[in-house]
Amino acid sequence: MLRRALGLLPRPIAAARARSFSTDLPAAHTADATFMEAWNKVMPNMDPPKTPLSFMHPRPPTPSSIPPKLTVNFVLPYASELSTKEVDMVIVPATTGQMGFLPGHVATIAELKPGVLSVHEGSETTKYFVSSGFVFIHANSFADIIAVEAVPLDRIDANLVQKGLADFTQKLSSATTELEKAEAQIGIDVHSALNSALTG
Amino acid sequence: MASNAAVPFWRAAGMTYITYSNICANLVRNCLKEPYKTEALSREKVHFSISKWTDGKPEKPTLRSDSPEE
Repeated sequence: MLRRALGLLPRPIAAARARSFSTDLPAAHTADATFMEAWNKVMPNMDPPKTPLSFMHPRPPTPSSIPPKLTVNFVLPYASELSTKEVDMVIVPATTGQMGFLPGHVATIAELKPGVLSVHEGSETTKYFVSSGFVFIHANSFADIIAVEAVPLDRIDANLVQKGLADFTQKLSSATTELEKAEAQIGIDVHSALNSALTG
Repeated sequence: MASNAAVPFWRAAGMTYITYSNICANLVRNCLKEPYKTEALSREKVHFSISKWTDGKPEKPTLRSDSPEE
């Protein structure tokens, strides 16, 4: 009985190792065969409806050699700033510090703090100030940057930034509850990031 | 494993990530130069009507258009 149990044990482990992770599998792009058959039987003259999966472009597979460019999708809730733009490098303000991503970077998820995002393409750099968001780098050198608010640096008013910094520093010293202190601290963080974006 | 990891100060104060993110976005919008500032603030305006229900019947709805501050 024990020997049979031992015989059963390695099998599930081997099966688990053989199954690949869902992120490595290419998205199945083909229509479901049984559905097509059933549709053709009932409605042979009409095209079958498209499913959401057929509208979605499957993520390109990870190439075997490092691609020459990073493909960036930079989106905001109300607009798509950059859409599959090929660039050389992006530097993002992650909570752990400024992170630079080159093509071939390991897959990463990073949370952003208020700071400057710069996109480097050839000899030109485009800078945006992002309020907060996330960056997802995939193994195939695609980068998805999502931010709630992102503005080019020349749209920021330096006087309002200084005023805001002074206001919130004063609010921090007069804050009583934890929540007020946190809000004042956030204000200070954002305004000092805006300040260093304008001067740096 | 990392259940005692240092939480960000805003979460320790009881704020959620979404609230934090929205506050940051509002602060950035308030620091914009003129045509962009009014454009951004008007983009984020919400208009909604609230009607309270008492005894299973709705009362007259009130229209609110709160500016995006909380």
